[in-house]
Amino acid sequence: MQNEILRMLNENARLTPGQIAERLNKSEKEVAAMIKRLEEDNIIKGYRAIVDESVFSPNCVKAIIEVKVRPERDGGFNNIAKRVSKFSEVSSLYLVSGGFDLLIEVQGGTLQEVADFVSSKLSTIEGVISTSTHFLLKKYKESGKMLHNEDEYERLKVSP
Amino acid sequence: MKDSKSHHKKRIAEHISVLPKSGIRDFFELVNTMDDVISLGIGEPDFVTPWHIRESAIYSLEKGHTSYTSNLGLLSLRKEICAYLEKDYELDYDPVRECIITVGVSEALDLAIRAIVNPGDEIIYHEPCYVSYAPEISMAHGVPVPVVTREENNFAISPDDFRKAITPKTKAILLNFPCNPTGATLTVEQKKEIAEIAIEHDIIVITDEIYSELTYDDKSPSIATFPGMQERTIFLHGFSKAFAMTGSRIGYACGPADLIDAMMKVHQYSMLCASITAQEAAEEALRNGRSEMEKMKREYWQRRNVIVKRFNDMGLHCVKPNGAFYAFPRIKDTGLSSNDFAKRLLSEKKVAVIPGTAFGACGEGFVRCAYAASMEDIVEAMERVKDFIKKL
Repeated sequence: MQNEILRMLNENARLTPGQIAERLNKSEKEVAAMIKRLEEDNIIKGYRAIVDESVFSPNCVKAIIEVKVRPERDGGFNNIAKRVSKFSEVSSLYLVSGGFDLLIEVQGGTLQEVADFVSSKLSTIEGVISTSTHFLLKKYKESGKMLHNEDEYERLKVSP
Repeated sequence: MKDSKSHHKKRIAEHISVLPKSGIRDFFELVNTMDDVISLGIGEPDFVTPWHIRESAIYSLEKGHTSYTSNLGLLSLRKEICAYLEKDYELDYDPVRECIITVGVSEALDLAIRAIVNPGDEIIYHEPCYVSYAPEISMAHGVPVPVVTREENNFAISPDDFRKAITPKTKAILLNFPCNPTGATLTVEQKKEIAEIAIEHDIIVITDEIYSELTYDDKSPSIATFPGMQERTIFLHGFSKAFAMTGSRIGYACGPADLIDAMMKVHQYSMLCASITAQEAAEEALRNGRSEMEKMKREYWQRRNVIVKRFNDMGLHCVKPNGAFYAFPRIKDTGLSSNDFAKRLLSEKKVAVIPGTAFGACGEGFVRCAYAASMEDIVEAMERVKDFIKKL
């Protein structure tokens, strides 16, 4: 039941315990208790809407930055990764395999803000060897949701 | 005018002119004249064919694969099918001699019946059932012998009723579990008993398992797996329901080589082969479609839970179907006939359901509600039905 609930909330966080219970053939009480536990255990980390951010911050700029770092003798990549993730400009940060080490998603009010973050904050951190910044131009899909509408194709209204 | 009409009537073969038109057809015409209808009358998935499958159809066209295929269908697809049946159904078929690709399961059913029926042979089937079974048998000059399945038996066919319907002319029994329109399935015991009767009376079993992936609680093995059954079973299946590929029209039949060979002759002279584009898409579905299929199945399962609970809560008794995507609630106690219930629900509340009688006379007192519709639509439709019966 736990995974089923997580899957459903991950798809639509506005489902009520009552709705989930009906779909899973459980009692509302059971489901509510399970959700509470998942929240307490920090498995459910929060709820928020997937919105078109360009509406409330029209000039918002996003960039993906590839960062090469020198791992430390103690702690490897962890210390530097944790340090970078504390910046409020950083919306996501991943350690990745391949030609660079950290993949960072950065968000800023203007192009200049993001540029300043990279040049004066990120690049100057001890252990950062190089950065490569890619500004996002257009979003097509995010968190599994297509961001453009396709014409809906209507089935026959009645079929055997 | 009168003359020309009766003259025209003679042009039509007798066994075709006596066939009734599908009851669903009338309803279709009626619904089509209305706007904003929530339809629970659609017997196909509301999901679009998963993208990776559509993409492989496009790729097939890009590569210029636009020819006929072997009459039996692409060998690579038949191999994929037989491997799938071995893994998921514990069925062992030879892709070269015991498998044929058809244009939907409908064609596979037609081939099976035409391959085995001599004029006057009786084919037993269960009602309520998919609309084409009895006409298919009649069109092959066979005699359809219906066996009624009952609500108190969760709409499973009773082995005793099967036995009682057998005569010296019985050639085959046609099974469809999970069942359209009832969603019923058979237990292991029921299948075992039916298998034993079929063997005892030397009857061929045609099993249409198009909904088999959509089985929810307990899944019993295919009747073809029971001892002595593979040699007398024609196993029909396809891609329409589990992979949401109704428009691709790809089905298949597996069975003993002599029966498949006979079916191949009919197929060869009538259909030639199924579309190569669709066959290649079907191959992709079997290779990489499992996770999408499981996702759709989970969604159907949730919808089933909701629709069945809502019907029972509002006082319309509804057996919990173990398969397919149909609920078959009893509306007898409203005092309306199935037809009146469906017509009035449509005109007063704009919800389309199919009268149970479209699936056989014994469907009177029931309606078929397909839950292959979005959860929002299902919930809204249930509110409207509740409102509707309150005011009766």
